[in-house]
Amino acid sequence: MEILKGKSVYKGIAMGKVCVLKNHSDSVKRYHIDDVEAEILRVNEAKEEAINQLMQLYEKALKEVGEAHAAIFEVHQMMLEDDDYTEAIENTIRTQKINAEYATLTTGENFSQMFASMDDDYMKARAADVKDVSDRLVSVLSGAGNDTMTYDEPVIIIADDLTPSETVQLDKEKILAFATVHGSTNSHTAILARMMNIPALIGVPFDLDSIENGIIAVVDGFNSEVILNPVKEVQEKTAKAIREEKEKLQLLQSLKGKENITLDGRKIDVYANIGSVSDVAYVLENDAGGIGLFRSEFLYLGREDFPTEEEQFSAYKQVAEMMAGKKVIIRTLDIGADKQVDYFNLGKEDNPALGYRAIRICLKQPDIFKTQLRALLRASVYGNISIMYPMIISVEEVLAIKEIVEGVRQELEKDGIPYRIPEQGIMIETPAAVMISDELAQVVDFFSVGTNDLTQYTLALDRQNDKLDDFYNPHHKAILRMLEMIVKNAHAHNTWVGICGELGADITLTEEFIRMGIDELSVSPSMVLKVRKKIRETKIQ
Amino acid sequence: MKKFEYTIKDAVGIHARPAGLLVKEAKKYESKIVIEKGEKKAEATKLMAIMAMGVKCNDTVTVTVEGSDEDVAVGQMEAFFNENL
Repeated sequence: MEILKGKSVYKGIAMGKVCVLKNHSDSVKRYHIDDVEAEILRVNEAKEEAINQLMQLYEKALKEVGEAHAAIFEVHQMMLEDDDYTEAIENTIRTQKINAEYATLTTGENFSQMFASMDDDYMKARAADVKDVSDRLVSVLSGAGNDTMTYDEPVIIIADDLTPSETVQLDKEKILAFATVHGSTNSHTAILARMMNIPALIGVPFDLDSIENGIIAVVDGFNSEVILNPVKEVQEKTAKAIREEKEKLQLLQSLKGKENITLDGRKIDVYANIGSVSDVAYVLENDAGGIGLFRSEFLYLGREDFPTEEEQFSAYKQVAEMMAGKKVIIRTLDIGADKQVDYFNLGKEDNPALGYRAIRICLKQPDIFKTQLRALLRASVYGNISIMYPMIISVEEVLAIKEIVEGVRQELEKDGIPYRIPEQGIMIETPAAVMISDELAQVVDFFSVGTNDLTQYTLALDRQNDKLDDFYNPHHKAILRMLEMIVKNAHAHNTWVGICGELGADITLTEEFIRMGIDELSVSPSMVLKVRKKIRETKIQ
Repeated sequence: MKKFEYTIKDAVGIHARPAGLLVKEAKKYESKIVIEKGEKKAEATKLMAIMAMGVKCNDTVTVTVEGSDEDVAVGQMEAFFNENL
């Protein structure tokens, strides 16, 4: 038995047989050839096959993970078709009279090296793409064919790191867990694991050559460890933990299709918070009544340039259609503070939480905002979309937003593009917004209380500073009184109120929320049924 | 020979995707199209060479077009830069 520590990117526990993914390029041998032209012909044929594979991968990725993640395979195709790259392989074959595999491998390494040595982080990262492309060509040349991985039973994937093409090729039905030597919390492995809700660890110091396929391993995301060849007791303990996790889930499953109603007949909506299109599957699976917070940042993060109107439109439309008439509340861009994106060029700030973020960026750089609003207004035709604006502190801001929305509406009208003006609301996450909630309620359709920021701003406690943990009290009376005030002011003007912060999922407060008259709670998809269970056990009178 | 200068507005410079589109566009013409930045230059039909120039936001590049269809090509290329970069 061997225990290795790593960094958990998704909490969960799995046990099963190991499948070690190894690279073809490790086994390429250099040998002399006589027929240079025949060797070059092989390269050209392999190139065609590789381009074919990439086209298929692009289509597959487009369906499974969306355009933004799929685009990489288009770039890979172009790299393969690059004149300099092809010429370099041909020249190596001609001048050194060596086999196509080896010529491709060395050429790939040279180009990859060129990118790796550039003084630009974005270009440095392209080295991995060149390597991925060369590896693909090598594996076609070595007769590995289309390298779709198949297994008889679900397995635990162990690898150095997963390239974009590997991640997309994996048969998602047959993966129990991931564990990789490299990769960051934002690597493909991590993103995929979160999407699929399976345990994953990165930064695990494996010696890949010494691990045999088919041995038993445990990937424990709760304790951040991988156990290879677990002894009998550990296997039994793990099996029990897995069973308990499953039972917990099953118990909750029985609540699907049931109403969110208290013993004495009070109803409250329970929606889900999501961060990407693929999370919708999780929303439906957990039977949430709608999406209470769709963070639109995923469209902006992890890429090099602003998402286009079309990209945004198709993401919003897709979610609206998948939710089939149920409410989908999309929050406009909330970049800044702890969420930084290079191409926004926001610069360093002494107080990012009190800084240039969210609606402030949108009002100062209306072009960015308008693109998103156009996409939202257009997508609203296809479902029950609501728009929510973050970080509001004044009525003037709301009026300024409405003016921009009206401008966008007129443009769409002029261009003859179908649109709908959806329900519009704001996040209540600053004490200022709470204090003037009576006035704000008159200019918006709904409030959603962002309790994380509201608590941080009200208690003057930095969320990122762990020294302050002892002072942090999410049940502070100040917050609860604020909630009461918000509901009272909102209902006086026919504005409904939801909570989309972490507090919404706090089942010790569910009863109090219902008592206050909160209309909706939006929680992470995995909490929906737990909150429903609590509601159904509660009696208000 | 025709030429124009262009200052890159795209926040990450000429990155992979626009470089790919640029190559596609440049291949439509018979003329030889060259992109220059300081001492570095690359033919517009060569993806990796363009990427390796490391053109960043606010860099100014010179684009020269030479060949039988240069009159059409130069206008189209300038339009392409304005739209994509």
